[in-house]
Amino acid sequence: MSGDSVWVLGANMTRFARYPELDALDLASEACLAAFADGGVDVHDMDILAAGSLFQPLGFGQRLQKQIGQTGIPVFNVSNACATGATAIRVAYMAIKAGEAEMGLAVGVEQMGKMGLLAGANRLERKVYEPSGRHGSVTSVDGILGTETMPGVFAQAGTGYAYENEGVGFEQFAKVAYKNHLHSTLNPLAQYQKEFSLEQIMGSPVQSYPNTTLMCCPTGDGAAAVVLVSEERLRSLPKEAQQRAVKISASVLTSDPWVESGQVQPDVNTLTRNAAAQAYETAGVGPEDLDLVELHDCFATAELIHYDNLGLCERGGAGEFIDSGAPFRDGRIPVNVSGGLISKGHPIGATGVANVYEVATHLRGEAGDRQIEGAKVGLAHVIGLGSACGIHILEKAAA
Amino acid sequence: MPEADSANQVPIVGYLQLGDDPHLRANECTGCGARYFDRRNACAKCGGTGFTETRVGGAAVLKAFSVVHNAAPGIPVPYVSAIVETTDGTSVRSNVVGLDDPMKAELGMQVELTTYVCGTDDDGTECVAFGYAPV
Ligand SMILES: [Zn+2]
Repeated sequence: MSGDSVWVLGANMTRFARYPELDALDLASEACLAAFADGGVDVHDMDILAAGSLFQPLGFGQRLQKQIGQTGIPVFNVSNACATGATAIRVAYMAIKAGEAEMGLAVGVEQMGKMGLLAGANRLERKVYEPSGRHGSVTSVDGILGTETMPGVFAQAGTGYAYENEGVGFEQFAKVAYKNHLHSTLNPLAQYQKEFSLEQIMGSPVQSYPNTTLMCCPTGDGAAAVVLVSEERLRSLPKEAQQRAVKISASVLTSDPWVESGQVQPDVNTLTRNAAAQAYETAGVGPEDLDLVELHDCFATAELIHYDNLGLCERGGAGEFIDSGAPFRDGRIPVNVSGGLISKGHPIGATGVANVYEVATHLRGEAGDRQIEGAKVGLAHVIGLGSACGIHILEKAAA
Repeated sequence: MPEADSANQVPIVGYLQLGDDPHLRANECTGCGARYFDRRNACAKCGGTGFTETRVGGAAVLKAFSVVHNAAPGIPVPYVSAIVETTDGTSVRSNVVGLDDPMKAELGMQVELTTYVCGTDDDGTECVAFGYAPV
């Protein structure tokens, strides 16, 4: 083992839910203070803060410090679509890896309330067609030149996969949602903890076929935080902290390389494949070594194609993979045992930290009813449209 | 203020060419051939800065779609959003039009570019959109 690894020392997430009586500072503070307590450290041990949120106004990290401790350390305010949380972790990771920090705090938070997934149309009082923007459009094109809504964009990613590969249809996508709702019944931190039958999922109102309402993640509120530490500093900490620490054996962030169709349909595949290849190479593990995976199931169609992108199944075999039961918690590679974004929830900035929390908690053997027994290696994946993909591979500390 | 003129039409986007032979036009990189529908500073594929305007073919294949039931206010639902690939190899996003039942959209189906009026502004100018209709 190299001596310059970066480790997760403390981790926490709030339950994902709706918290109309709290603000984002309350949620982030709760997760940060609990992550400190979990790692047996406090704010004075931190050399850097990376604070991720998509919807908080500029300077959120500094406002957070004014609640949890103003120690004068550098603050990075991070915004990177749905990969915001993973990017915050990566910022703290890089600072430690570079030797600029020994310990760092990465937090992700969002307070979305019941905001819709649909962009609101800007209505001028007087309508006059004037070309504007880089496409010279005279009006909003959403709904006229195809969809710009998230359920639709990800539906097209799914049907695009179905066009290229055998054995993928409405039922395979629905099974993904069935699995994640089922998994969430064991997770007290999940926004919803309710099982639905396949018939209920397929029969719920269609948002963007093949994604029905029960195949789409909800909006919600929540926060998650991790304390990262250098290997050298970790060795100076109490034995118990060392035993509970989880090694980050790969931290990868990619963006989408040029593909022909990228200008009309965001490519969520290539950057995920690239990130996975880099992560497996860096960590020296392969998909067959993974005991659990938390991946970005913003919609059921997305999870299915990421089985393939992350190499969890044979190329083109994502339909067969879900049909075989492999990603269920008792299957070959449990995927989203937390309930995933579909049922655990998706407060955007928090998501990429929460999935690292989830994997780390299993590797520590502290996941309670949803524990994957004997888990030693896990992978956390997020993707934000635009696009950004973050992958972290975590490993249990050697006994 | 311009006079209202019901005969006046504008394309919904700059890359839609109207007239007797409506078609899409793309900025094609002179270095690598990559095509773009937006105003360009440089090529995202090769970094080149030379572009020529080129005609995009109207015949296409349906590569991905979604039947959208929940849309922004004013958009009739359900409608079929699609990614098509033209026979000359360019991906385009638009609606599939002319299906009596949106669930009849099928991956791999042959479609052809078509245009229609999608709105009128307060000066009486018509907005012309494009979609793809089954052949
Ligand atoms: Zn080029």
